[in-house]
Amino acid sequence: MKLFPIRGGIHPDYRKEATSEKAIVALPLPARLYLPVQQHMGAPASVVVEVGAQVKKGQLLARGQGAVSAPVHAPASGTVIAIGEMTAPHPSGLPQLTITLETNGKDEWAELPAPIADPFAATPAQIKERVAASGIVGMGGATFPSAVKLGLGGQYKLEILLLNGAECEPYLTCDDRVMREYADEVVDGARIMAHALGAPKIVIAIEENKPQALEIMTKAASAFANIEVGGVPVQYPMGAERHLTQAITGRETPARKLTADVGVVVHNVATARAVHNAVRFGRPLTSRVVTVSGGAIAEPKNVEVPVGTKVSELIAFCGGLAKEAKRFVNGGPMMGQPLPSLDVPVVKGTSGILALTAGEANEHATQPCIRCGTCVTICPCGLVPVQMAAFIRHDKLDKASELGLMDCVSCGSCSYICPSGLPLVHYFNYAKGALNAADRDRRKQEQTKALVEARAARLERQAEAKRQAALAAAAARKAQSENPDANKANA
Amino acid sequence: MWLDVGSLAAIGGVLGGMLGVASRYLAVEADEAEAEIQAMLPGSNCAQCGFVGCSQYAAALAKHEAGVTLCAPGGRAVAEALAKKLGVHADLSDHEDVGPKVAFVNEELCIGCLRCAQECSTDAIVGANKQVHTVIADVCHACAKCFKVCPTEAIEMRPVPKTIGAWHWAKPATGQQPQH
Repeated sequence: MKLFPIRGGIHPDYRKEATSEKAIVALPLPARLYLPVQQHMGAPASVVVEVGAQVKKGQLLARGQGAVSAPVHAPASGTVIAIGEMTAPHPSGLPQLTITLETNGKDEWAELPAPIADPFAATPAQIKERVAASGIVGMGGATFPSAVKLGLGGQYKLEILLLNGAECEPYLTCDDRVMREYADEVVDGARIMAHALGAPKIVIAIEENKPQALEIMTKAASAFANIEVGGVPVQYPMGAERHLTQAITGRETPARKLTADVGVVVHNVATARAVHNAVRFGRPLTSRVVTVSGGAIAEPKNVEVPVGTKVSELIAFCGGLAKEAKRFVNGGPMMGQPLPSLDVPVVKGTSGILALTAGEANEHATQPCIRCGTCVTICPCGLVPVQMAAFIRHDKLDKASELGLMDCVSCGSCSYICPSGLPLVHYFNYAKGALNAADRDRRKQEQTKALVEARAARLERQAEAKRQAALAAAAARKAQSENPDANKANA
Repeated sequence: MWLDVGSLAAIGGVLGGMLGVASRYLAVEADEAEAEIQAMLPGSNCAQCGFVGCSQYAAALAKHEAGVTLCAPGGRAVAEALAKKLGVHADLSDHEDVGPKVAFVNEELCIGCLRCAQECSTDAIVGANKQVHTVIADVCHACAKCFKVCPTEAIEMRPVPKTIGAWHWAKPATGQQPQH
């Protein structure tokens, strides 16, 4: 397969060997599961069960609301014992509405929607509807509701469904294991998604450091003429949607546009497996494979975890901590977020749980920028990190924005490579958040102004109507006093 | 040669004439700046800035007689816009401290008198006579007019709860870092 170069990037120490040869093991069902109503981008789901409700595995607990949302289903049978706020698996450590489920160990399935016997005879809308009802979100970590992305076929002329098996984050091997152990399911899910998208071709892209996955997937896809499996160079951030699209097609996605604008839709391999389960068996997304790794974990593993399991229980299942952990990370070490505590649940987007030792976390004091320009050379988005960070440090966020701040994908390559240890990507995450907050404030101001003006106009209208009524009444009185018999005559 | 001089003179005359006309008919009104500033303010005349209403505050701002951070309902967004418009540096640190607020009706104290609903400049309070009122939080802009008129002190101005959706990373500490 012809490949195209992508700009910049880095080659971190991959450290995947700790888990890459470990087959996926299932976590014994925890006694309690904690299910946040928002495990996806978009609007939170609205709870449809009450405290005390008996639920079965796969039963709907919270319904998606709005155009971009996803429902939440019970990962096991049991009793809903609480619906309330609980710390979210989010760096802020803020609380989030969470359903607590006490499992009963029976693992009884609820009545599931009927399997779609021949998905290729079904309409794209039917597939999309099933994927939406199954609560499937992008499992690479972005957690964008997959059904919304499958709907792009209606608006864009798509050529390629690009299945993302790059897994460029160090430590993580969950996608690698899913491809090796569930290759047929992944391929089937990809074919169903391509059908829903109306994309004639499927490309499965895997980084070359996963030769077994490449071989197994090539074999699984060999029966289908429209599927191509390709190895892509090991270069972080190859797994970023826009970069993978460029590597495969040579087309650069324009700023603020989607890859669909260049005819490509990218989905993660684990998402394809979830789509297979939803369409062929009617099963909603209630579990996922999580890589538990890092130097502090006693027995690093790939674990199939019911959504809602506490991170502390997952770490205990992996033998607990062998060394002191300096930092706990939700996701990969490059783009993952620090965990506020271990008492937070695993959610649909949790690809990895890492317990890093002080040596791995490699924290050091920052030094002055030496203007070496390495960050500019390696920025995969072609930006100028040093300049943007300098503007942000002096609170000139709009200047940073003019330099393309919003096109930064927060891959963290600049922070990784900086010889002075400057927290470059931290500056960009802060600035993007601050600009979005300012934008929300501005919209709120506009809304307030519109409402104030509407109210003033209404009060004016009411006053005017009163004046008119008073004038009319006065005129009527005057007419009556001048001609007392007129009314009687009219009557 | 005379042709050149003549044409240049003609062009000069025409352009000069146009400038003369423009200076008369397109003249910038002295209070246009004031009107533009007023358009940037919420317009609810809540008087939390210490002036009678938004137009008085705008007039003071136009004459550089008032600070840009006085508009409480406008918050950071308005303060920043005003600072940019007037070309001054705004000290926004105290805005951060106060934070956005939202009105809240204590249902046990509300007697359903409708005074707050009539006063609300954004129609954010719903209720009927002798029925408990409530605030539509998304629409409330914390002008606190309702707070002032409530006869039973049923209205509180509460800080807007922090949510994950509105959270973002704080600026990295720059304490030990010398200039780039």
